[in-house]
Amino acid sequence: MSDALASLGRFLPELLLMGALAVVIVADLATQAWSLARSRNLLVGLTLAGLGAAFVASLGEPGGGSLFASMIADDGLLGVLRPLFALTAIFTLLFSLRAKELDGARMGEMVALLLTVTAALMWMAGSVNLVMIYLSLETVSVASYIMVGYRSSDRLSNEASLKYILFGAVSTGVMLFGLSLLYGLTGTLDLYGVRAALAAEDAGPALILVLLLVAGGIGFKIAAVPFHFWCPDVYTGASTPVTAFLSVGPKAAGFAVLIRFFYSGIAQPGADGTFAAVGGVDWQGLIIVLAVVTMTLGNVAALLQTNMKRLLAYSSIAHAGTILIGAAALSSEGIGAIVTYLVIYLFMNLGAFLVVILVHRVTGTFELEGYAGFWKRSPLLTVAMGIFLFSLMGIPPFAGFFAKLYVFAAAVEAELGWLAVVGVLNSAVAAFYYIKVLRIMAVDPGDGELPALRFSRLDGALLLALVTPNVVGILFGGALEQISEIAQRLLDLA
Amino acid sequence: MIPLEHYLIVSAALFSVGVFGILTRRNAVNVLMCIELIFNSANINLVAFSRFIEGALGGQVFALLVIVVAACEAAVALAIVMSLYRITKQVNLDKAAELKG
Repeated sequence: MSDALASLGRFLPELLLMGALAVVIVADLATQAWSLARSRNLLVGLTLAGLGAAFVASLGEPGGGSLFASMIADDGLLGVLRPLFALTAIFTLLFSLRAKELDGARMGEMVALLLTVTAALMWMAGSVNLVMIYLSLETVSVASYIMVGYRSSDRLSNEASLKYILFGAVSTGVMLFGLSLLYGLTGTLDLYGVRAALAAEDAGPALILVLLLVAGGIGFKIAAVPFHFWCPDVYTGASTPVTAFLSVGPKAAGFAVLIRFFYSGIAQPGADGTFAAVGGVDWQGLIIVLAVVTMTLGNVAALLQTNMKRLLAYSSIAHAGTILIGAAALSSEGIGAIVTYLVIYLFMNLGAFLVVILVHRVTGTFELEGYAGFWKRSPLLTVAMGIFLFSLMGIPPFAGFFAKLYVFAAAVEAELGWLAVVGVLNSAVAAFYYIKVLRIMAVDPGDGELPALRFSRLDGALLLALVTPNVVGILFGGALEQISEIAQRLLDLA
Repeated sequence: MIPLEHYLIVSAALFSVGVFGILTRRNAVNVLMCIELIFNSANINLVAFSRFIEGALGGQVFALLVIVVAACEAAVALAIVMSLYRITKQVNLDKAAELKG
């Protein structure tokens, strides 16, 4: 009992989100009779306050140790990811004010779902128990299914949602079957107990089956090939703010679960910051194969896309592959590189989606040809998109370059130089489709008679907030190092 | 007492039937039923292991939680199927293929 009470104090960001959730639900019911704009402003304001409070509460040094009888690790990894999730949700909320698809939609359920998912992402990133991993993963999934199908009168939104829930339920079911077998092999649900049991006795081929099944569940969350089929369809069918959220939040949480499961559950830390697989199965090969296949297929498929949201979907698959290189490194440095990448990825990917939202607002299309001639209509927006895309490409001096640099450095350090080379080659392929978008925006003449664009103050502020970290990322190398260093402090390594 | 292997064989069979159904069925509701089979095969595993491992009650708690989550998931899934049915008047997965590329 005292443990639960003591844990509550260090559970503040999640509690704030739950509090905001309760307030928002009541406020939504109480304002049913209000005009749409008025209730919308109130709900968004309340949600922003809740998310902002959670963001502030999640800053600062992580406490160390575990919460709620070893269910959640309050360690460095959670400490870095909590503010990342809160920030993603804040941007998503502000995006949804500007998305044409959500014009005139009631926001009550949307903000409630957003708060739920954000809290569940935090549980997911901290969970060190098989039950907790499963429950938090399902909470994130079920709430995201509804978010994707939010525009219930829209055919595509419904279809995307159905595809998402079918793929999602199958992969979490398969993962659950794997977890149940792991429980049978080790007799415990605690990840560190699992590691101790596997270190004491090799599990043999059954563990290979477990790893393949669990990789299905995690691969679904991070959209790794071959569990990516849902990704382009869901990204296209969902409203763009939801797409932006899915491409950053659940992906980051998926990588956190991957780190927890593989590094804390079935690997043992060595003396010099490296990890060694336990249980008699060398799973490094599995991650390497996933990384190479995901990167390559994501980039090649993106080359063929003519729809901006699909293009960004495949681009996000390719990025998941690049991040997996860091996971294959089997070192603390790799964990740091993954988390740094995720932080930078937030700014570059959300930025690209913001431009997609703003373009859709004036042109009403997500097709690439709708982007023609934007240089003439709005040089500012074109330049911003250029910065986001160059950052996604990994061109110095933009932040994306450092994200890739850390991941490749971790791979080289782990004597996986060839994997880093594959990553660099893939970045070269990626440059083709990113530059294609830029060429269409800047060079293609488009319809010359279209008027110049005007942005609201919110648009300008959002663009500025997302462009700045990408441009001046180089100045904050020290801060990135610090994030990377904190993230490496897993529960048992603090 | 029934030995552990029997439980594992039943659960593996249930899992396989579920996966087979998911791959072959074209009706969204049928696919959802097959997904339930997968969840329940895992539940059989969890409870059986919990029964046979000394002092490990966690598996039974896990199974209870899985039942709750599976119910939530089924509710959301059926709501989405209903919503799609209202627009397209069918629940065939092959027909829900407007998004592709």
